[in-house]
Amino acid sequence: MEHGHDHHPSGIMRWVTTTNHKDIGSLYLWFSLCMFFFAGTLALGIRLELFQPGMQFMQPQTFNQLTTLHGLIMVFGAIMPAFVGFANWQIPLMIGAPDMALPRLNNWSFWLLPVAATLLVTSFFVPGGPIAGGWTLYPPLYMQNGISGDMTIFAVHILGMSSILGSINIIVTIMNMRAPGMTYMKMPLFVWTWFITAYLLIAVMPVLAGAVTMMLTDRHFDTHFFDASGGGDPVMFQHIFWFFGHPEVYIMILPAFGIVSSIIPTFARKPLFGYTSMVYATASIAILSMVVWAHHMYTVGMPVTAQLYFMYATMLIAVPTGVKVFNWLATMWQGAMTFETPMLFSIGFVALFTLGGFTGIVLAMVPVDVQLQDSYYVVAHFHYVLVSGSLFTLFAGAYYWLPKWTGHMYDEKLGKLHFWLSMIGFNLTFFPQHFLGLAGMPRRIPDYALQFADFNRMSSIGAFIFGTTQLIFVYVVIKCIRGGAPAGDKPWEGADTLEWTVPSPAPYHTFETPPVVK
Amino acid sequence: MMSSLIKKIGGGLVMAMISLFAHAEHQINFPAPVTEIGRQVYDLHIITMWIIVGIAVVVYGAMFWSLLKHRKSVGYKPATFSHSTALEIIWTTIPFIILIAMAYPATKSVIAMKDTSNADMTVKVTGYQWKWEYDYQQDGFKFMSVLSTPRDQIEGKEAKGADYLLEVDNPMVVPVNKKVRVLLTANDVIHAWWMPEFGVKQDAIPGFIRDTWFKVEKPGTYRGQCAELCGKDHGFMPIVVVAKEQADYDKWVAEQKAKAAAAADTGKDRSKEELVAAGEKIYAANCAGCHQPHGEGMPPVFPALAGSKIVNGPAAGQIDIVMNGKPGTAMPAFAKQMSDGDVAAVITFTRNSWGNKAGDVVQASEIKASRK
Repeated sequence: MEHGHDHHPSGIMRWVTTTNHKDIGSLYLWFSLCMFFFAGTLALGIRLELFQPGMQFMQPQTFNQLTTLHGLIMVFGAIMPAFVGFANWQIPLMIGAPDMALPRLNNWSFWLLPVAATLLVTSFFVPGGPIAGGWTLYPPLYMQNGISGDMTIFAVHILGMSSILGSINIIVTIMNMRAPGMTYMKMPLFVWTWFITAYLLIAVMPVLAGAVTMMLTDRHFDTHFFDASGGGDPVMFQHIFWFFGHPEVYIMILPAFGIVSSIIPTFARKPLFGYTSMVYATASIAILSMVVWAHHMYTVGMPVTAQLYFMYATMLIAVPTGVKVFNWLATMWQGAMTFETPMLFSIGFVALFTLGGFTGIVLAMVPVDVQLQDSYYVVAHFHYVLVSGSLFTLFAGAYYWLPKWTGHMYDEKLGKLHFWLSMIGFNLTFFPQHFLGLAGMPRRIPDYALQFADFNRMSSIGAFIFGTTQLIFVYVVIKCIRGGAPAGDKPWEGADTLEWTVPSPAPYHTFETPPVVK
Repeated sequence: MMSSLIKKIGGGLVMAMISLFAHAEHQINFPAPVTEIGRQVYDLHIITMWIIVGIAVVVYGAMFWSLLKHRKSVGYKPATFSHSTALEIIWTTIPFIILIAMAYPATKSVIAMKDTSNADMTVKVTGYQWKWEYDYQQDGFKFMSVLSTPRDQIEGKEAKGADYLLEVDNPMVVPVNKKVRVLLTANDVIHAWWMPEFGVKQDAIPGFIRDTWFKVEKPGTYRGQCAELCGKDHGFMPIVVVAKEQADYDKWVAEQKAKAAAAADTGKDRSKEELVAAGEKIYAANCAGCHQPHGEGMPPVFPALAGSKIVNGPAAGQIDIVMNGKPGTAMPAFAKQMSDGDVAAVITFTRNSWGNKAGDVVQASEIKASRK
């Protein structure tokens, strides 16, 4: 077929001025991959210092800077933009739309990101170095940061703007540009989960922006929102932060649910089990996520009634989350499964995310959490839901759609090697951290008592295996872009969503005439 | 070929793990509790773990069965079902019931943990960057508790002791079998007082007072750490509590009272040599963490004292900064932390060390006057 009008500037200007959802999707994905490696390197710095007791490689202040920037950049620079990249590429293709509804806004949403990233990365070179008080930005400690404290606040503002604009675009696209016949309850689950995630983002990003703005005025304009000596309250910041922060956790996992819900039915050759309950479970998780925030703060000294309320509400989340896991299992049950790399990462996700869910129940219970709060158990818990949760599904999605994006099949052997080494490295890194937390090792410490030495050594070895393994992924992606077996329109026999009806690689413009969905 | 490579790598890792554990003493659960609350937490965690193990067996069992049997390579033909209302009601209801069963004992423990009434004694604990102050207000004495692990152990210049990073100069001391109420606050940033064996963790928040309690059942030395990131030396402010029989505790209280009386003596004038000697120790315990052992600091975050304009300038300027701190930086106000004599000694020490040429002597009486 002739696509006469896909003229676009070439070279760098193509990417700067592009309004094409596929170009912008690729930009998001490359950006997040760079940030992933940057923040991952910081994590290896952390694990290097923790390899054995004693201070060997850095000052305690530097260590705190590494943990802080690792968290901030992984959350805002790697995981979130990667999911937006998937949304850009896949939502129009999956609902049969020619592009996103607001293409210029789309360009702007992306190009805000490098600005924010520059602020964060260059904070390593300003006097005093980057912020060191943890990615949660708690005052009054935050007030002790130098100029990087202000740079980070502006970076958060810009990242928030980018997320809000991107979310508006996603909502408008889904509401208005679905192909004829595609009712809401016929949308692929990935589209549904992003639809709900976009609402969550719009609801909570302004709250974070408000919190950091209050901090900015506390720092420079003599307000005292979070300063007790001026009538403020440092704990108020924590309430506001986690009112954003807890939904943020689901912002990073709901699109992951969507990706897995696309992949498992494909490779089980069987329709997704309980589509309707999946949609409702996603919505109820999103709603519940906004009323449980203070379970991050069980030790600040809340009244007993507040502690009990937040405990019950938090435990309730286990119900819809359980429904999702059971639905994936029922989708696999009596399917005819094959185990290509996307499926391996999806199964790895289901298995390990469930484990992260289990420790979530442990942590939901106030008396146990009081022991485990701010210990390595928490570090293990959230890496199980964020790394083997979000990150594994990002890999699954990338392997699943690479043939569509590049027109070539990726190297299946290397993909599987990437999966198995990731699986081993990841578990070796984070499973022992449960034990460290139970035994009493606090998080965010650069040095530790001798009884914690063995598990820390294991954890560091695992981290270096996990970290270097990710280079395989980069190699596979580049190899796949440069060549490989032709993918054909539909490389996966069990796939049935609309993106598999267009040629591979997907042409610059697709669905100029909307398909009809029956 | 692929699978053999994976086997080789996996085998190597297993070997590495075994060798790691060969001579290891490692703990994989909570430390043994010594309070009623600690025991409740311990039991609650064990019950929860068993429930989780039960669920895990079912979930992972079904998953692995399906992975083994329902695969295309063994010729399995896919079914076509896509929902089952009965099944979905079951797996919504059962977790809900399990959760209620878990919430019941947890609720009872929460209520017990928060009940700080009818305490036998109260100790006020204040978090500082990076040390703890224990104030026995009823007995009229207080003291600072600072990490006592030598710097050389941390930097690997000498062998690490058994209680590496978990030892302090002055531990908190409490009697056994008495309900001790702890009032917590902080002077600068948020800290958290965590004693694993007691099942106690409570944030210390500047400007607010929170409380918690414990009743230790067994004499002994218990070790914990600050649990809330509080700046550069967060990892170096341990908590040590020594629980003693009542008679031993009373003896300790009497000693502390005598010490407090002796400390009041430093309020009088001393010679330059005496002040510098006393100041050197105070500097090492309170100031060297940031300004470094030889006053070189870590600019620009922690300014150098050697050659500093303030230290070489009029004494009043330095007294003001030491007493009142510098807002927006890590420099705390020492007015409430230190006696007049200690402030006088440490200021005199810094003004006469590392090439600083102020040369003057600051006496306790000047510090006392500055408090007005």
